[in-house]
Amino acid sequence: MTGKGGTGKTTVAAALALALAAGGKRVLLCEVEGRQGIASVFDVAPLPYDERRVAVAPDGGQVWALAIDAEAAFLEYLQIFYHLGRAGKLLDKFGVVDFATTIAPGARDVLLTGKVYEAARRRKHERPVYDAIVLDAPPTGRVGRFLNVNSDVAGIAKVGPIRNQATSIMDFLRSPQTRVQLVSSLEEMPVQEVLDSYDEMHDIGLAVGGIVVNFARESELTKTELANARNGRLDLQRIGSALKEAGINGGDSALAALEDEARQHAERVAIEAKQRRRLQDTGCPIVELPEVSEGVDLGTLYDFADRLRDCEAIS
Amino acid sequence: MARGDEQGRRRRSGDQAPGRGVRFRIGPFTGRLSDVTPLDIDALLDDHSVHIVVCCGSGGVGKTTTSAALGVRAAERGRRVVVLTIDPARRLAQSLGLEQLDNTPRPVRGVDTSTGGGLDAMMLDMKRTFDEVVEAHASPDKAEQIFANPFYQALSSSFAGTQEYMAMEKLSQLRTHLSGEPGRDGRWDLIVVDTPPSRSALDFLDAPERLSSFLDGRLIRILLAPARGPARVFTAGISVVTGVLSKILGGQMLRDVQTFVSAFDALFGGFRARAEQTYQVLKAPQTAFVVVASPDIDALREAAFFVERLEAEGMPLAGLVLNRVTDGATGGISAQAALAGAERLDDERLTAALLRLHARRLERAARERAVRRRFAGAHPGVRTATIPALPTDVHDLEALREIGDLLIA
Repeated sequence: MTGKGGTGKTTVAAALALALAAGGKRVLLCEVEGRQGIASVFDVAPLPYDERRVAVAPDGGQVWALAIDAEAAFLEYLQIFYHLGRAGKLLDKFGVVDFATTIAPGARDVLLTGKVYEAARRRKHERPVYDAIVLDAPPTGRVGRFLNVNSDVAGIAKVGPIRNQATSIMDFLRSPQTRVQLVSSLEEMPVQEVLDSYDEMHDIGLAVGGIVVNFARESELTKTELANARNGRLDLQRIGSALKEAGINGGDSALAALEDEARQHAERVAIEAKQRRRLQDTGCPIVELPEVSEGVDLGTLYDFADRLRDCEAIS
Repeated sequence: MARGDEQGRRRRSGDQAPGRGVRFRIGPFTGRLSDVTPLDIDALLDDHSVHIVVCCGSGGVGKTTTSAALGVRAAERGRRVVVLTIDPARRLAQSLGLEQLDNTPRPVRGVDTSTGGGLDAMMLDMKRTFDEVVEAHASPDKAEQIFANPFYQALSSSFAGTQEYMAMEKLSQLRTHLSGEPGRDGRWDLIVVDTPPSRSALDFLDAPERLSSFLDGRLIRILLAPARGPARVFTAGISVVTGVLSKILGGQMLRDVQTFVSAFDALFGGFRARAEQTYQVLKAPQTAFVVVASPDIDALREAAFFVERLEAEGMPLAGLVLNRVTDGATGGISAQAALAGAERLDDERLTAALLRLHARRLERAARERAVRRRFAGAHPGVRTATIPALPTDVHDLEALREIGDLLIA
């Protein structure tokens, strides 16, 4: 799940996890940016580097969450693949851990995607531990670099374990098992970034599943009323008398305020229609989630999950 | 897997996203918006002792647009400005009406230069910047060797994290053209920096320290060991670590990394010196940090984190720019009255709809004021300028000018 900052990526990722868990499935929701965004949307205490159940979906499904920490993932990786418990400490002493997680460009992304891959492949009693994994990925500006890092690593490591690991992760990300979901509001820049990402994903060989339009506003006004509002041709006299009828005596200033707000609203609606068309031109399935004026809470998440369930855009 | 390594934690403190640091005080602190001192943007831009303005903030708050608007306004008030943006999405190019921005500052057409100012804009191309560093500071042979190294190629063009180092390098380069100090050509007298879209927008500030911790650390000795010859005494620790690295990376990749590090060895020093110098300049009074946010809880939490970090580092904070603030003017109708009125209007659908629109706007404005009060309570001294939410998107010079005007209003 990716999108420009501020488009509600984490909220949509959480709702998608709930939607996928519905019907008794077990879903892991991961975050990789250390923001504790998942804890914040589910209103739970900050997540440690440990898979925790954060929500129950309709019909008995479960959403588990993991805030992936590059450093912990690195030490875990050393332990699992190389049984390097003590050497891990030595590596830390020599600055290798710090180097791999904060200093060396790229290494961090290798560790983060590697952990997601590990969780996706993990099996217990002959079956996968998780039916689905939702990754709240970095925003559009950085997601290409993030998802493609293993391809770059495979390009520079001709042989050896890291090459094998990088190649497997990349194969997995490019397989039909992985889908990139794009989130956008109906503003120009977020839409532009989603369109750029759409092309970028294609270039690096990742499949885009669909686009989620967030904060979609529905207008109560008809097309004609919107046009009139934009052109300053609203029937102010009629609105004025209706206000009196409703017991609102704000005079001319009230009327002027409503007229101005109507114009701004109509302009916004026109822009949104244009941006919606740009997204539709991709031919990609689109699902819209409404703007929630009172702010997103847990109830909203379940409502969003319902809207995302069984919809083509998140297949 | 808990690590009790306090020192390690501290070293990586800049790495902490706001959620982890939990330094945004939520609780009894609340302020009054009327007590918030306005941030005087014109005074800031007219202050000729300020040579660098750094805009930071979380993604999607209008940071790039704000940087561009500050650049345009400063230029039209007589400053010779260069705006540096570090963003792969070419957003600045869009808003400045430029077809493309490459690694070289390009003049922005249409800016009013009658007061003697001017505006150039550039977008960081991290690969080209990296290549230029190599070309400028390595012998042709060495440069050739570095360019051919597969590790360098991936490092300079693909890997996340390189951007922060290159942003610092580019800023160092631009500084050499600033007026007011000896030996400079004085092409510009103000640099406006739009920080990289990092995990944390302050990653960029941590770049010099990270580089130093690597250069002063023990790892580099291991990576340089083959180049410096086997005559060096190997401690048991070093050979274990080398063994592990070789096991993880494979012999070939480790050799490529080692070859790169030893070829680049001579360049690291200058690279670090420039970055550290720039870091010091960022702490000096000639710099002003502008934190950009939108009036929602997440963006303000991040803004709070920046403000505290800048304070802790002794970096000069000019203030906060709040973007997309909902205009809460009532026109004489309160939200409650509007909703009640809409209920009563069965046949007047349009008027009822307009009243509901009005109520929603006021409710949104009230929510924004609540989170702003919380921020103001925790950070009482932070000067603030606001930009009202615009009905249209910003993508030309005229709109950037309008934003500049709104910042002053």
